[in-house]
Amino acid sequence: MTPDKLKLVSHVEAINWNKIQDDKDVDVWNRLVNNFWLPEKVPLSNDIQSWNTLTPDEQQLTMRVFTGLTLLDTIQGTVGAVSLIPDAITPHEEAVYTNIAFMESVHAKSYSSIFSTLCSTKEIDEAFRWSVENVNLQKKAAIVMEYYQGDSPLKRKVASTLLESFLFYSGFYLPMYWSSRAKLTNTADLIRLIIRDEAVHGYYIGYKFQKGLELVSQAERDDLKDYTFSLIYELYDNEVQYTQDLYDGVGLTEDVKKFLHYNANKALMNLGYEAMFPKTVTDVNPAILSALSPNADENHDFFSGSGSSYVIGKAVSTEDEDWDF
Amino acid sequence: MTDLIYFSSVSGNTRRFVEKLSRPAARIPLLAKDAPLQATEPYVLILPTYGGGDGNGAVPKQVIRFLNDERNRSLIRGVIGAGNTNFGTAYGLAGDIIAAKCHVPHLYRFEVFGTPDDVRVVNEGLDAFWSTQRTAA
Repeated sequence: MTPDKLKLVSHVEAINWNKIQDDKDVDVWNRLVNNFWLPEKVPLSNDIQSWNTLTPDEQQLTMRVFTGLTLLDTIQGTVGAVSLIPDAITPHEEAVYTNIAFMESVHAKSYSSIFSTLCSTKEIDEAFRWSVENVNLQKKAAIVMEYYQGDSPLKRKVASTLLESFLFYSGFYLPMYWSSRAKLTNTADLIRLIIRDEAVHGYYIGYKFQKGLELVSQAERDDLKDYTFSLIYELYDNEVQYTQDLYDGVGLTEDVKKFLHYNANKALMNLGYEAMFPKTVTDVNPAILSALSPNADENHDFFSGSGSSYVIGKAVSTEDEDWDF
Repeated sequence: MTDLIYFSSVSGNTRRFVEKLSRPAARIPLLAKDAPLQATEPYVLILPTYGGGDGNGAVPKQVIRFLNDERNRSLIRGVIGAGNTNFGTAYGLAGDIIAAKCHVPHLYRFEVFGTPDDVRVVNEGLDAFWSTQRTAA
């Protein structure tokens, strides 16, 4: 079967950034621009010593994980974000997708920066060959690509949000794990920049999905909800196999699965749906959360008494100058 | 009585969390032209974090405007921050900033619009928090 050509916007008018229909477009554009970065700014070569402390199996695992992530970023940059442009409701939304598409290409390229810094050409070629041959990775790509080429704008946004907010995380786990053990810390810094970008992308595409839902009938909304949950189950089953395939050898599969559940919940919430996995299976290893978000584990739950440094609050008046940001 | 005051952007995630709590709550207006909100009783503030990671602009300007009113500042008793751990050190940062500036505890953080567990913990926590506050008062 020859895949259909992606459709292009049929009519374009000069974009006027002084006339805004949805303030979110401007907010997200500004945030993405402020977050802009390039891999050349991250001192990856400082990880060479650390890389050499990994066993050959650990090195191979890391390279495979990164080629898997490269494939997803390539899809999202070349097809996913671009496929959303014709469905955009405002011209500024179109512009945001072009920004997202470019940044995904930066992400894809940044893995090659990591490889060229740490690995030999032979190892790099082997890892890319693995990515072409791995059944579960290819299946994950095929499922998402099918929806990008389909004819439902809202389903495309669901697939795109699930890619941005869920499918990356079996891969993101590993650099956070290394970082929690003080390994490959510069690489982890780079990955955290990617994670930050994907969080904005998932939030924005999920928001536009919810705006789109407001315009369709209740029957269509019900259908899209069923579709979303069946898609996430299908992707989840595949992710579990992909995870086992990669991580069984190092004994981390169960830990990675918790991270998958935790992120699947957030992907659903980005789409406006309630979290699906209960707390008992989303208790991500605190070391991973801490690597992800260095202050997240401190005193985040005053009520349970687990945070030790707070005492019961007492309001003290502040001065106006305190609020001069 | 109103024991929660919150801010939520047009995406409405924080509003959704507040609605799930089913407690009396007042919303800080989104637009500068709207009439400002005036707190009349002690309250806990719930707000999302803006910005990308460097911490600039983390507190929404509408919340700054609200807290610039000395009467509003004097009645804050605690803060709950919304955010996303994917923003790294900026996760729930607006809550940390308000807590430090107003000398009140950052009671809890949740992501996006909170899970059912977050709703339960915060509701139970607020019940206990207010009863302690009232005993102390």
